[in-house]
Amino acid sequence: MMIFRMAPMGDFQPTPEQMQESIKHWQDWIGSIAAQGKFVSTNQLSFTGKTLKPGGVVTDGPYAEIKEIVGGYIIVKANDLDEALSLAQGCPILFVGGHVEVREVIQLNP
Amino acid sequence: MDNLVSQLFRTEFRKIVSVLTRTFGLSHIDIAEDIVADTFLLASETWGKKGYPDNPRAWLYTVAKNKTKDYLKRNSLLKKKIELDLKKEGISSELIEIEISNEIIKDSELRMMFAICHPSIPIESQTGLALRILFGFGIEEIADAFLTNKETINKRLHRAKEKLREEKIEFELPGEQDISQRLSSVYLILYLLFNEGYYSTSQNALIRKDICFQAMQLAYILTENEKTNTPELNALIALMCFHSSRFEARMRADEIILLEEQDNSKWDYHLIQTGEFYLNTSAKGKKISKYHLEAAIAYWHTQPNNLDSKWSTILNYYNLLLQLEYSPIIALNRTYAVYQTYGREKAIQEALKLNLNSHHQYHALLGTLYSNFDNALAIEHLSKACELSKSENEKRLIQNKIDKLKQEPN
Repeated sequence: MMIFRMAPMGDFQPTPEQMQESIKHWQDWIGSIAAQGKFVSTNQLSFTGKTLKPGGVVTDGPYAEIKEIVGGYIIVKANDLDEALSLAQGCPILFVGGHVEVREVIQLNP
Repeated sequence: MDNLVSQLFRTEFRKIVSVLTRTFGLSHIDIAEDIVADTFLLASETWGKKGYPDNPRAWLYTVAKNKTKDYLKRNSLLKKKIELDLKKEGISSELIEIEISNEIIKDSELRMMFAICHPSIPIESQTGLALRILFGFGIEEIADAFLTNKETINKRLHRAKEKLREEKIEFELPGEQDISQRLSSVYLILYLLFNEGYYSTSQNALIRKDICFQAMQLAYILTENEKTNTPELNALIALMCFHSSRFEARMRADEIILLEEQDNSKWDYHLIQTGEFYLNTSAKGKKISKYHLEAAIAYWHTQPNNLDSKWSTILNYYNLLLQLEYSPIIALNRTYAVYQTYGREKAIQEALKLNLNSHHQYHALLGTLYSNFDNALAIEHLSKACELSKSENEKRLIQNKIDKLKQEPN
């Protein structure tokens, strides 16, 4: 699994053209992985959310307190971490100051 | 067979077999098939001698009905069994009545489609059985379409019918709960058969066209019932229309002409418009199926090449299609769209990641990408493609490209 992390963008609002451009980059990158038959699934996460803390305390998105947020993830088929890392090359998050965390998924019920 | 008889055979065989199968049940589909075949034989003989009846279609239905009654008179055991089955359903059955009306015919056709495209039957058998019963194809024609012999087809059909019995598949419309899954199986078979007709390497162009035409007819039948008329079906029909519009343009004698080399004036613009209508109708609901994406790609291929957004849009649809379902051919087509959108270098980069060394189309694509860039590499890949290809036509096309490159100064 690749987890896309980046610093919150504050009040930055992309223009529709920038949004389109960004979607295109993401789709081309994911399409490239899918063209190799290595795609499993992906989801983008919205920037809004709530956090549940012990004791039933609910806070709105904790983004002010942390340096980065998770923007989404993709699950790919790879034989090892190195192969997954090479698939991560070119991920659009790398061009906007973010980074990709590559982790192995462990199945709970083998 | 004369023209009218063979024409009626294509349209009515499926209908009469389906109606009779209501009486006999799917496990005796052979009997229904034989009776209808006999009926057409008799039509051929009688009409040849005495001329056509006033209403040839009605004649066929009456004769098939009488033959069925005669058959049941001679086979009292089967008759008793059928009567018993009817009694279980609470229908009095002193006389087995065979009812024929437009509604009954339509309903029977639908039931037959669902029965033949039942997910418990192997796909290969489904397609064979569909060609036989739904398309009214002869064994020889099926063998020709699948590039195999009659014996193989006979065995395949036999196994398919055995499966119908073993799985005790009911001759009925699926209930609310399974209908969407069962419909997917029906769409898939129509899609596979259409593609078989469209892309098959069979030399017989008439049969191939006929397969595509019949697949479309069945798809149209599904639009007439609100339960089976889904956005996905409309997308499938749109796809079939766009492909069919290029039928005349893509064949020259016995070879296939690539899209970019086709003469646009030979495209059937009426079919393209029909396709656009169905594509618009398909834009409902939440689900984007592979038929939606393939239809959208086929639509954009009908648009002029100088349209700025054409290739980046096609690339995007290929990206989405591959996320739904991977296939080597789609991966290669996507790479061609990368070439058209971003140019040669990016496309070569993407192609080399594909790991499809054993596919001749992979080498053909790399041959194209390297042409007039690194001709030595281009020739190497084209030669490999030539070696791997199984079609003589294709080998010749590729060889032509190699010869041309060899004449160019590198």
